Amino acid sequence: MLELKSISYAVREGDSELGILKDISLTIDDHKLVVFTGPNGGGKTTLAKIIMGLVKPTSGQILWNGQDITDLGITERARLGISYGFQQPPRFKGLTVRDLLTLASGDEKLSKDKCCQYLTKVGLCANDYLDREVDVSLSGGEVKRIEIATILARNSQLMIFDEPEAGIDLWSFARLTETFEQIHATGTATMIIISHQERIISLADEVIVVGDGTIRHRGSAADILPQILADTLGTCPVLTKGGDAQ
Amino acid sequence: MMDNEIDRELLEKIADMLGKPVGAFNIRKDSGCDGRQSTEHIEITSKTDGKSGIDIRIKDGTVGETCHIPVIITKPGIEEMVYNDFYIGENCNVDIVAGCGIHNCGDQTSRHDGLHTFYVGKNSHVHYTEKHYGEGDGKGGRIMNPQTVVYLEEGASIQMDTTQIRGIDSTKRDTKIVCGKNAEAVVTERLLTHGEQTAESDMEIVLDGENSKGRVISRSVAQDASSQVFYPRMVGNAQCFGHVQCDSIIMGEAKIKSIPAITANCTEAQLVHEAAIGKIAGEQLLKLETLGLTEEEAEDCILKGFLA
Repeated sequence: MLELKSISYAVREGDSELGILKDISLTIDDHKLVVFTGPNGGGKTTLAKIIMGLVKPTSGQILWNGQDITDLGITERARLGISYGFQQPPRFKGLTVRDLLTLASGDEKLSKDKCCQYLTKVGLCANDYLDREVDVSLSGGEVKRIEIATILARNSQLMIFDEPEAGIDLWSFARLTETFEQIHATGTATMIIISHQERIISLADEVIVVGDGTIRHRGSAADILPQILADTLGTCPVLTKGGDAQ
Repeated sequence: MMDNEIDRELLEKIADMLGKPVGAFNIRKDSGCDGRQSTEHIEITSKTDGKSGIDIRIKDGTVGETCHIPVIITKPGIEEMVYNDFYIGENCNVDIVAGCGIHNCGDQTSRHDGLHTFYVGKNSHVHYTEKHYGEGDGKGGRIMNPQTVVYLEEGASIQMDTTQIRGIDSTKRDTKIVCGKNAEAVVTERLLTHGEQTAESDMEIVLDGENSKGRVISRSVAQDASSQVFYPRMVGNAQCFGHVQCDSIIMGEAKIKSIPAITANCTEAQLVHEAAIGKIAGEQLLKLETLGLTEEEAEDCILKGFLA
């Protein structure tokens, strides 16, 4: 179980302090699929990074399976079973797809069959990709799918995905949502997915809308989706009737 | 031959040798011959012109054979200049494994300078591997200055993979390859310096023949207060294609200078160069840490992959 207690994160801007996250408390039970959604700049990624240890909160406490991990580093949290799929994964000159999957799995002798399984789940063929370097020769979408495959290979207790759909084509996206569904159905991992996609939101046990550094709403997909749609269909505050700017 | 642990470790590091190699070989140890074997198709003989070194003659049509010619220096104070000439016939496909290892536990400098000259016959392919490595806790310097000159006849090709593993205090590499018609040279250079080491690599690929191709892929890591200078040049004298790519990772107080140059002396020459120097990106370390590696393990993994 993951517990966030009064998490705040602020940055200094000149003489004043800018609050990115404001006193967020949240509990996520084991094996749940939770989607963080909300407007850009609202604090979703910062919140996810705080869970992984990529960002240190200004105040508050994080408990993972009852253990206080607030002061633990990224490596220690990873070894305790937390993994994180980056929105914009880095590239590595010289490291191949196989190298990354092997590192992620922790199995030095990771078989080609296993690699193939992970890559197939993100819509990639092992024969085409396994020995390729994860460098600029790969497209953004390809790197993103390899990133997600490393999280699958890691097979950790808590998987965090930051906008897994970004940069991925429609066909691969369909395959990806099936993979999330399968993981959820097997009940082996807790998943936090940052997403704006209705298809992913509809898979969630719980949807948490993060905006202005706070939790604006939380509830089931059925409750939250209509609110999100209503928000997004709202009129532009700058334009007046007839389409003229004020 | 290979009569002690130091010899065995050096030979494994520089030539992947685990015991007596299959095929032709010549092992040079402390300026003497520590073992030699010619085969039906590959003949190794000592030079007869008074210079130190060997001639390697490979018969026409030799395919799938290997030739190991490692050099090891295990005594401090040895300084040598060696000339090795390779005469490769037509329609061959051979692997040549060179390399030099220095174990210096003394206070005197150990130095190996070598000039390798390859004459590669028509339609022959050579895969040349050369690794350099130094070790030992003496104050004496470990110096290597390799020169390599390659002449590729029509349709010939060479894949040259050179690696400076670590432990070489000073090196000046000098490589020149001349490509004839339809010839191709692919050079991959891997180089690591640390401490206060210095390395300089001067390379020239001359694309003389019509439809010749040249490719240089140089990757280096400079750690601590070491310094490196790269000067890869590609000259196009005919309809040809050349590509120079230099990437370096800079760490600590190191300094790297990379000066790729391309020269076209023909309107049909197509030449490209790229050069980049940068430190390890923070996101790369973070990503590997999220996979359970410590920062040190992540750095090591990135460097190992980069230089692989």
